[in-house]
Amino acid sequence: MNLSSAELLRYGRHLTLPELGLEGQLKLKKGSVLVVGAGGLGSPMLLYLAAAGVGRIGIIDPDVVDVTNLQRQILYNSADVGKSKAETARRKLLELNPHIDITVYPIALTRHNALQIIENYDVIADGTDNFQTRYLVNDACVIKGKVNIYGSIFRFEGQVSVFNYPQANGERGVNYRDLFPAPPPPDMIPDCAEGGVLGVLPGIIGSIQASEAIKVLTGVGEPLAGRLFLFDAASFMTRVLKVSKNPNLAPITELVDYDIFCGIKPIVQNNIRNISASDLLKQLKSNESFQLIDVREKHEFESGFMEGAQSMPLSQLTTFIPEIQKDKKVILYCQSGKRSAKALGQLIDNHGFTNVVHLENGFAGWLKFESGKKEL
Amino acid sequence: MKILAFGIAREIIGSAMIEIQLAENATVTDLKFLLMNQYPRLNQLNSLLIAVNMEYAQPHQILQDCDEIALIPPVSGG
Repeated sequence: MNLSSAELLRYGRHLTLPELGLEGQLKLKKGSVLVVGAGGLGSPMLLYLAAAGVGRIGIIDPDVVDVTNLQRQILYNSADVGKSKAETARRKLLELNPHIDITVYPIALTRHNALQIIENYDVIADGTDNFQTRYLVNDACVIKGKVNIYGSIFRFEGQVSVFNYPQANGERGVNYRDLFPAPPPPDMIPDCAEGGVLGVLPGIIGSIQASEAIKVLTGVGEPLAGRLFLFDAASFMTRVLKVSKNPNLAPITELVDYDIFCGIKPIVQNNIRNISASDLLKQLKSNESFQLIDVREKHEFESGFMEGAQSMPLSQLTTFIPEIQKDKKVILYCQSGKRSAKALGQLIDNHGFTNVVHLENGFAGWLKFESGKKEL
Repeated sequence: MKILAFGIAREIIGSAMIEIQLAENATVTDLKFLLMNQYPRLNQLNSLLIAVNMEYAQPHQILQDCDEIALIPPVSGG
C-alpha cells in the first residue's frame, strides 16, 4: 500500500512528524476504527479520524439528528435535523476526506449484531450515551479481542481510557468491568438530557479518544491503557488514575440481555406498554378519559408540549406519584421515548402502577407524525 | 484527609471536595463504610471506584492523613 501524491500533500504535517512519518501514515491508511454512537463524542472523533486519514471508518448510530443535539454534536447543522446521523456523518466526512472508506450502520448495536460488526474493525471507539450499550461494547470487545477506546461524560466531567489493550505478557489489559463491575440503578445517574452537559465537553473528551485511537493504530506514544483520565472542565481539575485488573471479576464469555442487566426492562414486558403516535391519535379522538404526562424537564416542557399534558419531570418523578391516576389510562411521553420508557419502568416496578403506557419515539416522533399527516 | 468526589458522588456528598478524619490505621474498607453511613445514597451505586493517591485502591490498604482519595462513580453520557 502506498500514498498517492494527493495524499502525500494532504498528510504533509503528519509525514513531517518524526514519530509518525510515512510509516505511521500508512498504518492509519491500513487501519480501521468503528465509532459506536455518532453524537457528542462521536462527532469530534469522526472528524479527526477522517481528517487524519484512517483508511476505513465504521459509523453505527440508529438516531436521527434532533435540534437539541446541535449544541454539541458538531458534525451536524440546522438543515440536518430529522436526517439519519450515520448517513449525514458519512456524507460530511467524505467531503472532508475523499481518500477514505466509510461504512454506515444506521441501526442500534445489539447483542445479536455486535460481534459480527465489531469483528471487521481494528479498534472500537465507544461514544455511546447509555450504560446498556457501554457494557455491550465492552463485552463484545473482550470477546473479540479488540481495543476499546472509552470516553464518557457527565455535566462538566469526562472520563477516558483505553480498554482491553494487549499487554507484554500476552494478556489483555483492564476493561470497563474492572472499573465498574455492576451498572448503577437505571434512575440514579442522569444522562445528558436529564442532567445537562456543557456543549464543548464532548468535544474535548471525543478529541482525546481520537488521539488515543490514532496512537493505538500507529503505535506512537503510550496509550492510556491501565489508566483512567478524569477531567472536570468547571474547576479545570485533571487526574490520571492508575487502574488494575479486578481479580474477582467473572470472565466475559458471552453477551447478555443488557436491558435486564442494567435494570431498565420493566418486569411487565409486553408491547402493550408502548403506544405509537397513531394509537395516541385514536385515543385523543375517543371519548375515553386518560391522563397525559410529559416527563421531560421543565424547560423542555415550557418550550412546547402536547395539549392537555401535565409536566412531571423524570428527575422528580417520585414527588409526583400522588398526582398520577390509578383508575384510568396514563400515557407518558418524553422527547424521544427513552425517558418515558424509564419512567414507565419506575412506575411499574417501584410504585405498582398497572395502567401506564408510554409513547414510542416521544414528542419528536409525534411532531413528525403530525407533519406527515398534514402533507397527506 | 482530602476526598475528591466526581460525577453523581459530588451531588450525593454535596461538594466536590471534603475533608474527613479517620482513625489511625484505618483501611479503604473502613473509609467506604464511613462514607456509606454518612451518605447512604452512595450504597445504591453498585459500582464506586475508589482511588488513593491516583491509584486504584485495594480494600485492605491502610490510609494516611496526607492521602488524596477520589470517589469515581460511572457516567454514561456521550
